[in-house]
Amino acid sequence: MVQSVTQASLAVNETLNIKKNSIKNGKSGKRICVVTGIHGDELEGQYLAWLLADHINKNIGCLNGTVDIYPALNPMGIDSITRGIPLFDLDMNRVFPGSKDGTMIETVCSAIIDDIAGADICIDVHSSNIFLKEIPQIRISVPTAETLVPYAKMLNVDFIWVHESATVLESTLAHSLNSRGTKTLVVEMGVGMRITKEYCFQLFDGVLNLMKNLGMWSGETKEPRVPAISLNGAVGFVNSDAAGIFVQTANFGDHVRKGDHIGDVLNPLTGKIEEKVTAVCDGMIFTLREYPIVYGGSLLARILCDSSDDIIEKGITQQ
Amino acid sequence: MRKEILYSLKSPYRESLDITGFKFGSGKKSIAIVGAMRGNEVQQMYVCSRLIQELKRLEKKNEISCDCEIMVIPCVNYYSMNIGKRFWAMDNTDINRMFPGYDLGETTQRIADGLFSVLQGYEYGIQLASFYQQGNFLTHVKLMETGLTDSSLLKLFGTSFGIIRTPRPYDTTTLNYNWQIWETKAFSVYTNSTDTINEKSAQEAVSAILRFMYNTGIITKTIHAAYATEIISENSIEQIRSEDGGLFMNKTEVGKHVEENEILGEILNPLDGETVSVIKANFSGIVYFVYNTPLINENTVCFKIIRD
Repeated sequence: MVQSVTQASLAVNETLNIKKNSIKNGKSGKRICVVTGIHGDELEGQYLAWLLADHINKNIGCLNGTVDIYPALNPMGIDSITRGIPLFDLDMNRVFPGSKDGTMIETVCSAIIDDIAGADICIDVHSSNIFLKEIPQIRISVPTAETLVPYAKMLNVDFIWVHESATVLESTLAHSLNSRGTKTLVVEMGVGMRITKEYCFQLFDGVLNLMKNLGMWSGETKEPRVPAISLNGAVGFVNSDAAGIFVQTANFGDHVRKGDHIGDVLNPLTGKIEEKVTAVCDGMIFTLREYPIVYGGSLLARILCDSSDDIIEKGITQQ
Repeated sequence: MRKEILYSLKSPYRESLDITGFKFGSGKKSIAIVGAMRGNEVQQMYVCSRLIQELKRLEKKNEISCDCEIMVIPCVNYYSMNIGKRFWAMDNTDINRMFPGYDLGETTQRIADGLFSVLQGYEYGIQLASFYQQGNFLTHVKLMETGLTDSSLLKLFGTSFGIIRTPRPYDTTTLNYNWQIWETKAFSVYTNSTDTINEKSAQEAVSAILRFMYNTGIITKTIHAAYATEIISENSIEQIRSEDGGLFMNKTEVGKHVEENEILGEILNPLDGETVSVIKANFSGIVYFVYNTPLINENTVCFKIIRD
């Protein structure tokens, strides 16, 4: 059943309406929430939302509990290909937990938190931005790792990234819900503004598997893949030191050795190679640049290091 | 005056981004002033340019104190300014959310690192700041409360109000916050506007900054007192929000003293012109902020009042 989570009047003849599809069956009080669309340029979760609603509706007898699907927490952003909230210059994932007495966006965020709070698990699905492609992964901050990693392993992702917590991330949906005792997992996969069907199917299998483990799903599921887990900051960041166009020579998912050639930054005007880009550690490339134009500092790749020696995680961990 | 390129970043297709500083006096790093870090902060850049004119005159008359160096950086992100964007054009990140920066990190982290490395070591730091909300402010000085800067220093600016802000998580990556962590006493000066130039407010900001420099002994030219600055907590400022969406019709002005129940504005139905909401002051006080955009959504802060 489609329900309104919260509403607010927009200036001209329109209402901002955050909706969810609440699918219920059986007597169990178990509930999971699948939320996506906080960032308007991240669309991978849209197809996942459809896959789940379609499959569960067609196999409703297998459900014992409630699945709440929130496809678009930032509907104006998705509608206008805007990462943040149009008109507000704000990243919605820096406004949680919001405030009942605050501005429009703060009241919306507060209502969303209240609606999700109390669920057994919340899965917050993000894509990467338009610049980077990510293998399906779950990002967990160190303080919540002990609680969340067991659930993350059920979700059929390739990688679980346990990263240092940052004060600035205390304004995210996931942090706010985890602080209120609602276990929330952040999924990152694919690339901005696109749908990668294989990743959506992969996570879809993972969500059903999680539901089965929670005793909410009696339908067919698949054995989840065993994810690589990064602990102790064992992630290497490869940033460009030059400006130009990045052309990769390594592929997504490749295992590389430190010093291996993974791409070049080229100068289209002069025909010169501005920078030969090499791997910073031995390991697997789990992030690779998708958008070719780069400045000094542009992130080109992230590598899950085989060893944590000498690697200090200092890059931006987006959520 | 010495003009120096403080940080340079190569672009794939444009001239290098050269962040330029203007230095006056010599010796101890006394005060640094930073203007536009976002592409729409035209007023903030203008205030710095006016300040540079004043400092040139003071330097010529030997009215900058001995052993005091002043640095002004009028515009950090002119790349975005030149193409009509507020944030870094490539990835829409905000340089003022990247401090203290990271020299091996992403582009705006590197810019923040390059900038921060030249801003460290100054005794005082002032940022000409803008606010994410659309609207006009009473010219004021703000201090992010970290416990590292004495709030009574706000009085040295002589603006009508000095505001103390309790930092939120997203404030911890701003210049102002990190300046304080690195032992510079840092303040933000807010003027009446951002995208447009407001001459009167710009002059108030320039005078406030010069007055602070005089009161701290950095310049010798007397800048007379303007106001006995009242220091208040940002949390004590009352916010009035719109109860409907529609056309916003402002009926008051920044700095005005209003009485309880005085009409501050109206919201009209944008299609048929009917009044859907009348916005009144719930108490008497000074209007500190007025929303300045014709279209307004429900629950938008349209006025802020400093209560009597």
